[in-house]
Parts: sequence; structure tokens; C-alpha cells
Amino acid sequence: MSSAVETARALLASLGEFGEHITGDDVAHLEVHGNKVVGSHLVPGFDVQVEELDDGIEAHIRVAEGARIAKPVHLCFGMLPQEGLQHIVMKVDVEAGSFASVQAHCTFPNAIDITHKMDAVVSIAPGATYEYFERHLHGKEGGVLVVPKTRVQLGEGARFKTEFELIKGRAGVIDFDYEADCAAQSILEMVARIIGRGHDTVTIHETGHLRGEGARAVLNTYMALRDDARAEVFNTLTASAPYARGHVDCKEIVQDRALAKAVPVVEVNHPLAHVTHEAAIGSVDSRQLQTLLSRGLSEDKATDLIIEGLLS
Amino acid sequence: MAILELHDVRLELGGRRVLNGLSVAFWEGHVHALIGPNGAGKSTLASTIMGLSGYTGYEGEIFFDGANVRGLPVDQRARLGITMAWQEPARFEGLKVDRFIAAGAKEKTAGKVREVLAKVGLDPDVYMRRAVDKTLSGGERKRIELAGILAMEPRLVLMDEPDSGIDVEALERIFDLLGDMKAAGATVIMITHSLAVLRHADHAFLMCNGRIIDKGAVGKIAGYFENNCLPCDHVNIPLSEEEAVTV
Repeated sequence: MSSAVETARALLASLGEFGEHITGDDVAHLEVHGNKVVGSHLVPGFDVQVEELDDGIEAHIRVAEGARIAKPVHLCFGMLPQEGLQHIVMKVDVEAGSFASVQAHCTFPNAIDITHKMDAVVSIAPGATYEYFERHLHGKEGGVLVVPKTRVQLGEGARFKTEFELIKGRAGVIDFDYEADCAAQSILEMVARIIGRGHDTVTIHETGHLRGEGARAVLNTYMALRDDARAEVFNTLTASAPYARGHVDCKEIVQDRALAKAVPVVEVNHPLAHVTHEAAIGSVDSRQLQTLLSRGLSEDKATDLIIEGLLS
Repeated sequence: MAILELHDVRLELGGRRVLNGLSVAFWEGHVHALIGPNGAGKSTLASTIMGLSGYTGYEGEIFFDGANVRGLPVDQRARLGITMAWQEPARFEGLKVDRFIAAGAKEKTAGKVREVLAKVGLDPDVYMRRAVDKTLSGGERKRIELAGILAMEPRLVLMDEPDSGIDVEALERIFDLLGDMKAAGATVIMITHSLAVLRHADHAFLMCNGRIIDKGAVGKIAGYFENNCLPCDHVNIPLSEEEAVTV
């Protein structure tokens, strides 16, 4: 068996239950360990060109015009060693009228000093839909610096939904920066779900610009922090076209000595646009906690269950 | 035999004496109704028995099944078999119904969750994977809370206004469940302002100004509704500490 195949298997194994469903001839997938492609399979309409760099890869993903990719595409990025740098440069072209849903699994199970950078440019043509769910699985040490930076262009009537999730293992340091421009009648949804523990540090920048008539967006951040974790959330939504609609929502549960800061910014410069925001930071809701305690759960278990719900 | 006994229980909240030397015993395996005007201290009494945060600094003694529960936190009292259904059940953003019910269930299986959902009149196929959040009506959350309590198989259930926010059909189902819980040996204490709810109890207690002022058969206590606060002749204003001392 080649070492690439063994590495691919080890990467998928580190995903646990999440790695089990990446099978089948009709499922597109790509596995990248460090700067090496260790596994891949494509399906008609979903094309990936990869170039290996010194410290990562450059990938050009293309969803062909009108293609409907029936099953979720799985991208697996990660590194098994304790130290290293993985830089993912990604250019994504989602052509007119197409649909693809991508599940990106980023796994660093043994990390002590690893940097995972992503620089992505995503172009979604009119009438196309692109979904990108990024799930991180880190080890218990928190030695990962995650720096995802993504710029998205939504054409008329296009849809982009993205979710960033890190609830298994230690977050480490996250500096997350997503920004999207939305043309008329397009729909943008960004969600981040993160648990911070120990001395984790999380910075979130989610930005949407509703530039076209009837464009809609929602930016959601859900976070639970405990121990000495720190988080800053900067969610910005601007609206400059008639009937543009948007909402910014940030909910954070803070325990122990953790610190959370939320800065929602809404900017509207058209009288027919409407954007709202909501931010709630605090300890676990007392009524929820008392209810679960009255069912016999310990305070720790009740708190975990409430956080599980918030981040689900 | 009494499963719950309170001896001379006094509790002050915000400088006011809300429970004012309350002594009462609740028989095991019966459905009891606790009635009284707003501000009489009924919900405070339930919260004190449950040991909720803010209600633990009482004087006097509370015995459950012969053991003094002073100092026991809510979860330990719950593990003894005491639980509570709120007048307005909490919302849990994102938390699925099946996880919520199973969390406190004695038997943590999907089959048990389905069984108790069906008992409260909610289709398990529709509700199991819904969230216990604002997408559910108050009545639906009330039924789900009750399903969670049924799954817990408690020995004592404190129900704060079980008819609040509930439609007639659901209320009838709750009355049926009272019978089921009683048959299973549970004791139920219902706080209510409703004559319809009162009539489903075995015994009734009339409370005013932080005390039990009358008790007995439902028919006797029902006169409270019909005689506009008689036989209670207290002014329904909780006493200040100075006033309470002089009583």
C-alpha cells in the first residue's frame, strides 16, 4: 500500500464519524495532507485542479454551468504531525445555474504548533448556489493557528451559505475573516459555531455588503467560552440598495474567566433597505439551567446540554 | 403517609416575608391543589421545595420522605425524586426535543421519548427533532416539559399553573396524565387559579399571605372561588417584616 493511501486513511480516521461517509463513485472528494494531495475523486460537473506549493496547495475548483452535484463534496485538509504549516489557496468558480454543497473537514489531531491558513476567492455566478461547511477537529493541546480568509462574490440571484464549526478539541488561535458582496436578489448566510477553552483566542470578522436590490443576508455567530478563552466578534452588514434585508446575530455563553466582546455594525444608506442586529453575551440562562437541574442533571451536564443546543 | 412535610417555613424575598410560618403535610400518591390569590406565596412555596436559586435561605424545615432537604441543591433534590413544571417553560435554542426529554429520563431510549411524547399528544415523528425554542408555541413547550417529567418518573411533581397557555384538548390530556402519575405512585402538587383544575385534585389547600389557611376536600375549598376569597379574610398584600413580626 502506498504511503499516500495510508496517509489519506489516517487523515480520514482522525475525523472519526465524520470521515466514514466519504465513499462511493458518485461522491467527489479530495484529501490534502500538508502540501500533498493524498487522495481524490471527481464527479462530472465538479472539477478540481491542484498545484502543490512549498507549504500547501493551490486549488482551482470549478462547478460547471448548470451542473447539479447531487451528493456533498468532501474536502479533507489536515496534518498529522505536531508541527507545520498548511496554506490552502483556493479559487472557486461556481458557474451559472449550478449547485454544489461542500463539506470541508480540517483535522489537526496532534497539533502542538501548526498554522492552517486559507486564502479563498469564491465567485458564484447568477442563479448558482454554493454551500461550504467547514468543520475543524483539533487535538486537546490547542496548538493550532487557524487563519481562514475568504472573499465571495455573489451574482444576481445567487446563494451562498457557509458554516464554520469548531466544537471538538481546542480552538487554539482562530482569526476568521469572511467578506461577501451580494448582487440583486442574492442570498448570503454565514454561521460560525465555536467552543473556546483554556487560553484559546478567537477573532471573527464576518462582513456582508448588500449592494443589489432585494439582496438578503444573515450573519450568525454562536460561541461558548470557558476557562481563560477570549473572543472578539466583528460582524458587519451594509445595505445600499432598495429592499435589501439583513440581520446580524451574535450569541455567546461565557463561563469561568473567559471574556467575550461583540461588535455588530450595521450600515444602511438606502431608505428602502432594512438591517437589524442582536447580540447577547452572558452566562448560561438561569431558567434553562434550573429546568435541567430539576430533571436531575448536574450543573456541568446541564451547561453542556445548553451549549450543545446553542451550537447545534 | 406524608411524603412532604413543611414545618414553620419562613422566607423573605426583597425585604418582604413571602412564606410566613407555613406548616403543611402532603400525602403520598395523591393529587393536591394549592390555591390562593396572586401574591399568596404559592409559586414561592414550589420554588422553595424545589430548592431553586434564590429560594434556599428559608427558616423552618422541609422533609421529603422523612429526610431534611436543607442544603440540598436542585439537582440532588431532583435525584431524590422531586421535580417541577414551570408556568412558562423555558426555551432552549437549538436543543432538540429528544435530547431535552432524554436528558432527565430514567430510561434514556428513543422508544421512551416516543412513548412520553405520544402520551402528551404530540406526534413523535413530528416533534422528536424539533428544537425546544421559540418555534414551538407555549402550549407545545408545556406538553414537552410534561413529557420530560413523565420520562423522569419522579416521586413528587410540583406543577405551577398547569392550565396556563393550554388549549382545552391539551388540558384534558393533562388531567388524564395526572391519573397516570398518581397510578404510578407519584404525588402531584398543582398550583392553580382554575376551578376546572382544582376539581381534578384529591385534596386542596388554600394559601394566603404566606400561610396555609384552610385545607380539606376539593368541594370545601372550591368555595373560595365561589365566595370571592372567603373564607380568607386577609388583605392580599404580603407583609413587611415589621408587620409580619406583629402578626
